[in-house]
Amino acid sequence: MKMFTALSAGLLFGLGLIISGMADPGKVLGFLDLFGAWDPSLAFVMLGAIAVASGAFALAARRSVSLLGLPMKLPTSRQIDRPLVFGSILFGIGWGLAGICPGPGIVLLGAGFTQGAIFVAAMLAGMGVFEILQRRSAPT
Amino acid sequence: MSILIDWTHFTPLAALCGGALIGIAAAVLVFFNGRLAGISGVLGGLLSAAWRPLAAETSWRAAFMVGLLLAPWLFRVFTPLPVPHIEATTPLLIVAGLLVGIGTRYASGCTSGHGVCGLSRVSPRSLVATPLFMAAGFFTTYLVRHLLVGYLFGGGSP
Repeated sequence: MKMFTALSAGLLFGLGLIISGMADPGKVLGFLDLFGAWDPSLAFVMLGAIAVASGAFALAARRSVSLLGLPMKLPTSRQIDRPLVFGSILFGIGWGLAGICPGPGIVLLGAGFTQGAIFVAAMLAGMGVFEILQRRSAPT
Repeated sequence: MSILIDWTHFTPLAALCGGALIGIAAAVLVFFNGRLAGISGVLGGLLSAAWRPLAAETSWRAAFMVGLLLAPWLFRVFTPLPVPHIEATTPLLIVAGLLVGIGTRYASGCTSGHGVCGLSRVSPRSLVATPLFMAAGFFTTYLVRHLLVGYLFGGGSP
């Protein structure tokens, strides 16, 4: 059952990205190109998503277990640290270069676009670099 | 510099509806699985399992990723998939992917984890991360589209 709900969440998420136009890097760059002809759509996608999700998270915060009886595991850290700041900036630079963030990258790969496959392969390599550096600095 | 809105490409209704669907997806995952729908976190968790297979919960993460991969096919059942406009060349895609991969893991989140879920939860970390990656994105796109393209390609597009 937890597999089915996770799969459904992934499907809904992907459909949301496609319907909102966010699976199209050109549309995302239309938003990021603030000083060209600006397409504010991405802000409206976030608005729609936050309107729904904020209610959901407020309700979920009152629960100690999920509807399937699984433990609620949501991030609790409130610390603003260097990795957060520098990581966000690096991510933003990569996002601005191609107009692709992780979700749309996966959807483009799933849809069968070569560019999606190249982007996701490089993104996984980047995540692998993080794993290696993490383990080198703090061996577990 | 003033901001000119591109009215021909602006799709507020589709954006709001698609966005609401993304919100519903996050709601499903938190209500049933008790987890946060952050794409880089889910994917990073799967990759991390390669190093410590016992510590990571791989099954729900894999199921979520399969859903995301299959979404375009479910969409195609009803109507043709809109054709994406991908400007980036292969080298640019590789550099962009690497930066997105490293950056989102250090930041512990991307557009979904910080931008949607984190802002919804009024997480102080997300309130810092989201404006930062947005600003970096605006700046980079400005640099690539308005300064570098003209400089490298003599005003033409690559």
